[in-house]
Amino acid sequence: MAQQKDVTISVLKFNPRDKESHPKFVEYTLQETPGMTLFIALNKIRQEMDPDLAFDFVCRAGICGSCGMVVNGKPTLACRTLVANYPDRKLQLIPMPAFELIKDLSVNTGKWMDSMSNRVESWIVDNEKEIDITKIEEKMEPKVAEDIFELDRCVECGICVASCGTALMRPNFVGAVGLNRVARFQMDPRDKRTDEDFYDLVGDDDGIFGCMSLLACEDHCPKNLPLQNKIAYMRRKLVSVK
Amino acid sequence: MKIIYCDALIIGGGLAGLRASVATQKKGLNTIVLSLVPVKRSHSAAAQGGMQASLGNSKMSNGDNEDVHFSDTVKGSDWGCDQEVARMFVHTAPKAIRELSAWGVPWTRVQGGSREAVINAKRTTIVEDKERHGLIMSRDFGGTKKWRTCYTSDATGHTMLFSVANEALKHKVDIRDRKEAISLIHEDQRCYGAIVRDLITGELEAYIAKGTCIATGGYGRIYKQTTNAVICEGMGAAIALETGVATLGNMEAVQFHPTPIVPSGILLTEGCRGDGGILRDVDGHRFMPDYEPEKKELASRDVVSRRMIEHIRNGKGVPSAYGDHIWLDISILGREHIEKNLRDVQEICKVFNGIDPADEGPKGWVPVLPMQHYSMGGIRTKKTGESQKLHGLFSCGEAACWDLHGFNRLGGNSVAETVVSGMIIGNYFADYCLENDLDIKTQTIEASLKKESNKIDKLLALNGKEDIFAIKNTMQLLMDQKVGIFRDGENLSQAVDELQELLKKTNNITVKSKSKAGNPELEEAYRVPKMLKLALCVAKGAEQRTESRGAHYREDFLKRDDKNWLKRTLTHWANEEDILPTITYEELDIIKMEMPPAFRGYGAKGMIIENELSAQRQEEVDDIKEKMDDEGKDRHEIQDALMQFDLPMNYREKNERVGE
Ligand SMILES: Cc1cc2nc3c(=O)[nH]c(=O)nc-3n(C[C@H](O)[C@H](O)[C@H](O)COP(=O)(O)OP(=O)(O)OC[C@H]3O[C@@H](n4cnc5c(N)ncnc54)[C@H](O)[C@@H]3O)c2cc1C
Ligand code: SF4
Ligand code: FES
Repeated sequence: MAQQKDVTISVLKFNPRDKESHPKFVEYTLQETPGMTLFIALNKIRQEMDPDLAFDFVCRAGICGSCGMVVNGKPTLACRTLVANYPDRKLQLIPMPAFELIKDLSVNTGKWMDSMSNRVESWIVDNEKEIDITKIEEKMEPKVAEDIFELDRCVECGICVASCGTALMRPNFVGAVGLNRVARFQMDPRDKRTDEDFYDLVGDDDGIFGCMSLLACEDHCPKNLPLQNKIAYMRRKLVSVK
Repeated sequence: MKIIYCDALIIGGGLAGLRASVATQKKGLNTIVLSLVPVKRSHSAAAQGGMQASLGNSKMSNGDNEDVHFSDTVKGSDWGCDQEVARMFVHTAPKAIRELSAWGVPWTRVQGGSREAVINAKRTTIVEDKERHGLIMSRDFGGTKKWRTCYTSDATGHTMLFSVANEALKHKVDIRDRKEAISLIHEDQRCYGAIVRDLITGELEAYIAKGTCIATGGYGRIYKQTTNAVICEGMGAAIALETGVATLGNMEAVQFHPTPIVPSGILLTEGCRGDGGILRDVDGHRFMPDYEPEKKELASRDVVSRRMIEHIRNGKGVPSAYGDHIWLDISILGREHIEKNLRDVQEICKVFNGIDPADEGPKGWVPVLPMQHYSMGGIRTKKTGESQKLHGLFSCGEAACWDLHGFNRLGGNSVAETVVSGMIIGNYFADYCLENDLDIKTQTIEASLKKESNKIDKLLALNGKEDIFAIKNTMQLLMDQKVGIFRDGENLSQAVDELQELLKKTNNITVKSKSKAGNPELEEAYRVPKMLKLALCVAKGAEQRTESRGAHYREDFLKRDDKNWLKRTLTHWANEEDILPTITYEELDIIKMEMPPAFRGYGAKGMIIENELSAQRQEEVDDIKEKMDDEGKDRHEIQDALMQFDLPMNYREKNERVGE
C-alpha cells in the first residue's frame, strides 16, 4: 500500500447570494487514505474543517453526472477523480464555467440541461401515435438499438459545455450535449422527425453551425462519446437541408 | 409567505415520481414535481442490471408469463408481500416495458441465431429463434425461474430515467429541482401538500395541492456501508412518519446486496452473476454450490449475502485492509462480453480499484462484500397507493410499502415497480385529485410554515457540544453493526437504546455557520433527527420480530414463523416528543392467498414454523386448479378464480406474447 501523504486541496469559494462574499481560494490540507477520491476528500473537509463548503455529489460512482468541476484546469467528474493520480498531491478546484454558480463548487447544470432538453425536444416525436401497450412491441434491429444506446449514455454532466470555446462565448449554444441528443434521435427509427425538423431546432450558430471543432468536448467527456464524429455527421446532414 | 397552488404535487423525481407525473398531467391536472437534485440525477439512474417483465421473447425466457413472475416474486418476498399487489404488478410490467420502448428506451434486442453464453461456469451455445430477432431481450437474475430481466447493457436505470424524464418535459410537467420537502401540511387526517425548502436560497415555501404523492426513494443512508446514493436518506418516509398519522410498513425489511465493491460500496450489478460470474473464496474456490447446490450464485439476494458472510465466518474470507471480503470473478465471461454488456462494471473496477475484471485469472478478480442496498419498508399504502391513514397522501416507488416485495425484493423488480406503480398509482392518484376539492384554511398553511421556520431558527440558535456529522456517523456504523445482515435480540435492543440517545443528542448541537442558505451543516441538522427516527423504526421493528423472514435474519430465531409472524409491521410516531415509534401489526390472510406459504426452493430446508391454514388453503387451491383444468379453463380464468385483482386504465387487458 502506498505510504500516506498529505494532500493539498485548494477550492475557489464564493457565494454569489452573499453580499459580503468575494471569490477566493481556500486551501485545505488532509491526509491521503487508500483509494481516496475527491468525493471522499471533499466530504472529509466539510465534516472536519469547513462545514460551509458547497459541492454536489449524488451517486459517487460516475453514473449520475452531478459532480463536474474543474480540477487543475480540466473539467472532470470529481467522484471518479483519484487523488493518487496527482503525483504532487496538489489539486486546485474551481466550479465549471458556463453554468450559473450556486455556491463554491456547486453550479446549476439542472436548469441548463432542462432548457437544452426543451430546445432540442429531447424526446421521441412520433406525432402522437397511440401505441397499444398490450401488443407485442415493434421490432428493432439489435445493432440499431446498440448504436442508439451508445449515444444515450450521455449523463448530461455538462463537462463538454464547460470545456467548449463556443459555449463560453455564446451563452445560448446547445453544446456537444445538445447536438449529441439531436444525433441520437435522428438515428432512432421511432422518431418521426425529418432532417428539416432538426434543422429548425439547431440549424444556426447557436446550434450545429456554432461548433468550431476544437475537440475539447470529446477529450473530456467522461462517457467517451464520439462527439466530434456525430457533430460532423449532423452538420453534413443539415447543410444539405438548405 | 410564498404559497404555490397546484392540482397534483409529487415529491420526488426518480422513475416512480416522474412516471406518476405523466399520468396526472395526461389527465389534465396541473402537476408539480419536486426534487432534491436535477431529476435525471435521481438514484434511479444508478440501476444497472435491468427491469423484470415477462415478455418471454428470448430462448431462455421461453414459456415465461405473469404466473411465473408472480410465483418468483412471492417466493422472493418469503411470503411477506401482498399477493394482490404482486398480481397487479406482474400484469402491468410487460405493458410498462412496451410503453418505455415507445418512449425511446433502446432496450437490448434479441439477435437471431446462435451465441455463446456462460451458464454454471460453462460455455454454452444458445440458439435464438430467427422469428424473434429484434424483439426485446432479457438476461438472468437471481431468484427467477426464467431469464426475465430486460436491459440496456448495464445502464438500464439511466436510459429509463432519461426517457421518462424527457417524456415528462414533453408533457410540460412543472419540474422543480433543488427543492426539499421538509414536512407535510395536514389537518383532520387529510394531506394538503408540503412545506418546502429551496436548497439554493434557503427560503421556505408552502406547496398546496389536492393530492400529494411521495416518491422519494429509499432510506439506505441510515447505514454506513451502502450502495445507495448520498441523497437516499428516506426523507419522504420521515416526513410522513412525522405527521403522526400516516404509518410506515415493514421498516425492518432491509436488503443487503451480495456484490458491492470494497471499499467504496459502489454496486456491481446482479447482471454480473446473472451473466455467469461466480464467487470465489480465499483459496479461489467457488463455494456457492457447496451451500446452494441448485441455484448457486443465483439464489435470492438475502440467501447469497448470508452465505457469503457465513463462509467468511468459517475462515474462508480474503483478508484486506478493509476487513475480509470475497472475490467476484467475471473474467470467465470473456473480454468481449464484458466490454459490451458489463461496460460500466468494468469502468467502475478500473477507476475505483485499478482492476480490469476482464483480465483472466486472479488478476481480474474483484473484491466484494454484502452491503445495504434496498429498502423494502416505506410508507404503508392501500392498493391504490393511498396511505391507509392519511387521506390525500399517496406514495409509490421505493419510498412506499405498497407491498410488492415483502421481506426481500428480487433484482430487477424494483425499477419495474417504479414505472409500474407510477402507472397504476399515478392513475389512482390522478383520480383522487380530480374528485377532491381543496378545502384548507389559510391559517393552517400559515401555522405549518411558521412551525418549520421556527424549527430552523431554533436549530441555528442551539449552542451545545455535540457535532451533527459525528452523530450521523455513529448512527450509520451502529446500524451496520447491530441491525445488519445477521441480527439478534441483544444487539437489536442495544441499537434501540443507543439510537434514542443519539436522537436526544441532536438537541444539543451547534451549527457553526448561521447562514440560512447554502449551509450544508444546517441541512444535516434537520435531516439527521429524521433519519434517526427511521433508524429507530427499523431497529425496533427488527427487535420485536422474533423470526427470520427474507432479508430479516435473526440468529436467535432462525425459523420463518408463519404461525405467529405472518404479519406486516406498522409503525407510527404518536407524539412529537416521543423518542420511540409505536408499533402495531397487520395480519396477512392466508385464506385469500393465491399462493399459500411454502418452501422457497432455496435457502435452508425445514426452517418454517407452519401455519395450519397454509395446508388448508393449499388444498383448496389445488382443488380449484384441478377442477378448472379438467373443465378446460385457461390460466387466466383459473387465476381469476383463485384471487381477483383490479387495475386502472386498460392495464387489466391480457398481454400479447410470441408463442402464446
Ligand atoms: C446501485 C443500485 C443499482 C440498482 N440496480 C437495480 C436494477 O438493476 N434493477 C432494479 O430493478 N432495481 C435496481 N436498483 C433499485 C432501484 O434503482 C431503485 O429502487 C429505484 O430506482 C428507486 O426509484 P424511485 O423513483 O422510487 O426513487 P429515486 O430514484 O431514489 O428518486 C427519489 C427522488 O426523490 C427526490 N427526493 C428525495 N427526498 C426528497 C425531498 N425531501 N424533497 C424533494 N425531493 C426529494 C430525489 O431528489 C429523487 O428525485 C438499484 C439500486 C441501486 C442502489
Ligand atoms: S456529452 Fe459527455 S461531457 Fe457532455 S454532458 Fe454528455 S456525458 Fe457529459
Ligand atoms: S456523483 Fe454521480 S457522477 Fe459523480
